[in-house]
Amino acid sequence: MNLMMLLEMAAGAFGDRVAFQNGDDRLTYQQLFDASGALAAELSDGRTQHLAMLDESSLALPVAVFGASWAGVPFAPLNYRLTDPELDSLLSQLQPGRLVTEPGRLARLGDKIDGAEDGHYVSVHTTGDLLAVARAEGASAREEPWSMDMDDTAILLFTSGTTGAPKAAVLRQKHLVSYVLGSVEFMGADENDASLSCVPPYHIAGMAGIVSAVYSGRRVIQMPSFTAPSWIETARRENVSHAMVVPTMLSRIVDELEGEKDAGMPALRNLAYGGGKMPQSVIEKAMELFPGTSFTNAYGLTETSSTISLLGPDDHRDAMSSDDPDIRRRIVSVGQPLPTIEVGIRDVDTEEALPAGERGLIFVRGEQVSGEYRGKGSLLDDEGWFNTRDGGYLDDGGYLFLEGRMDDVIVRGGENMSPGEIEDVLLTHESVADACAIGVPDEQWGEAVAAVIVLKQGKDASASELQQWVKDRLRSSRTPERIDFWDELPYNETGKLLRRKVREAMRGGE
Amino acid sequence: MAVLKAGSRLKSAVCSSELMVVVAPEGDVDLTCGGAPVIELTADAAGGDVDPDHKTGTQMGKRYTNEAGDIEILCTKPGEGSLAVGGTALEIKGAKPLPSSD
Repeated sequence: MNLMMLLEMAAGAFGDRVAFQNGDDRLTYQQLFDASGALAAELSDGRTQHLAMLDESSLALPVAVFGASWAGVPFAPLNYRLTDPELDSLLSQLQPGRLVTEPGRLARLGDKIDGAEDGHYVSVHTTGDLLAVARAEGASAREEPWSMDMDDTAILLFTSGTTGAPKAAVLRQKHLVSYVLGSVEFMGADENDASLSCVPPYHIAGMAGIVSAVYSGRRVIQMPSFTAPSWIETARRENVSHAMVVPTMLSRIVDELEGEKDAGMPALRNLAYGGGKMPQSVIEKAMELFPGTSFTNAYGLTETSSTISLLGPDDHRDAMSSDDPDIRRRIVSVGQPLPTIEVGIRDVDTEEALPAGERGLIFVRGEQVSGEYRGKGSLLDDEGWFNTRDGGYLDDGGYLFLEGRMDDVIVRGGENMSPGEIEDVLLTHESVADACAIGVPDEQWGEAVAAVIVLKQGKDASASELQQWVKDRLRSSRTPERIDFWDELPYNETGKLLRRKVREAMRGGE
Repeated sequence: MAVLKAGSRLKSAVCSSELMVVVAPEGDVDLTCGGAPVIELTADAAGGDVDPDHKTGTQMGKRYTNEAGDIEILCTKPGEGSLAVGGTALEIKGAKPLPSSD
């Protein structure tokens, strides 16, 4: 198996369709195939063992993904928001290799890397140069066909490291190809479909979006840097039919559309969201503003090759129109596992299987699940199950509800408490816009519950009032002993709440 | 009869069908396309006619499986012949298309 086979099928069946578009520049499926072959020839120098890309989305990105797969070289998209010292540690794990980056970064890193005498780096290019080489007229493709060894590494993705140092998740050909075959219909897109891609390349959804789009035959419009006004303008101008956003993006889009009757995007059939917890108020408002649009909530991890669970359009409509509180609650769930994925909930301490309704650790199993980090080997158990470290539960209908990272669990007097459960209660208070519950050191209990609250504009609530609010709805042990009020909570650029930063600030302030 | 390996590429000996093994059964398997045993993608086809009993065709991007579900073959290029194991036709793996999530 090889991602290149998927592109070969696409180029064979609809080679003249536009595959990727960035500004006015475009690549058809056939051109993408040809450029990937030319890049593969360039990479097959017997020395290059990694291809790292440190840049925003561009047409060079899909060429790099597929060209690296053709050459049998792992592709590593890196987070361009990292500082130079932070990058050093990542780059040292990608040697010998080639680095592709934007000119400014090249000027700073180039001296250190290019032509380095230790030979750790083969070369450094700008992204534009790489694309030019791949698209050069008369460039010939690598002669040897790509390997069909399904255990070859396709992509190395450094996990965002909300806890600890970043580590490289290993996604092999079999994981990504299985994901695509199991979840995407070949040529399922209409000729006029267009999807707007604003997720950064170093995010798993960015990588999955590229390989899924190719198999479905969609035109991908790249939006390298997201702003709500430009997203709205592009979606309208290009008649975008599909888009994927993270919660903070949707929240900004909804704010930007404030006062308008509807979003004015009749072509937008499917809006997918994922990558973090979506506030219920945002998705409800979005469903009003996009009346003709189907919503899909996706849950997945880097280690699972993207989506493993989906709350589909019908689920959204059923939840919103139901009077049954159990069904209505599903609007904040991540839906049901893909047909190719098994999900099980296990006890945090004993790891024994738990029945529906009980909270525990989320375990997953399926062909697309890698669960492997470079240098650490596979973390799958003997039966192929991967411990996501996410907490959650399944309801009676098999809908999965997330409750945050188990690493974030608050342990008070031996009792495990999910911050998500406490936050959900705080968020139902009419004055609360956002909430974060954490554990702070406590002499008596080991940890005590603390919460940081962001109040809605023009609303007020005292700490004691919020404490009473939680106490009335949850056990008293879950009541925050300390509540601080902040103007906003820290999120990373893909919408993940940075609890570590909240913890540091709260602990430092004691 | 041949032992299949997941990930390997095959083609029909008598039509234009190209295939990839997604799930391989254990042991020898008598996989045919158009009534003739399938061959390696790079092998030379001896040629011949498609058996009229195996002529419903392969469709690109469809996955074919048997009742036991222990074999799964992806069609990477379509052709006139249809797939069978031991003379029993393989069926298209019916899957409800999922909404796009990325």
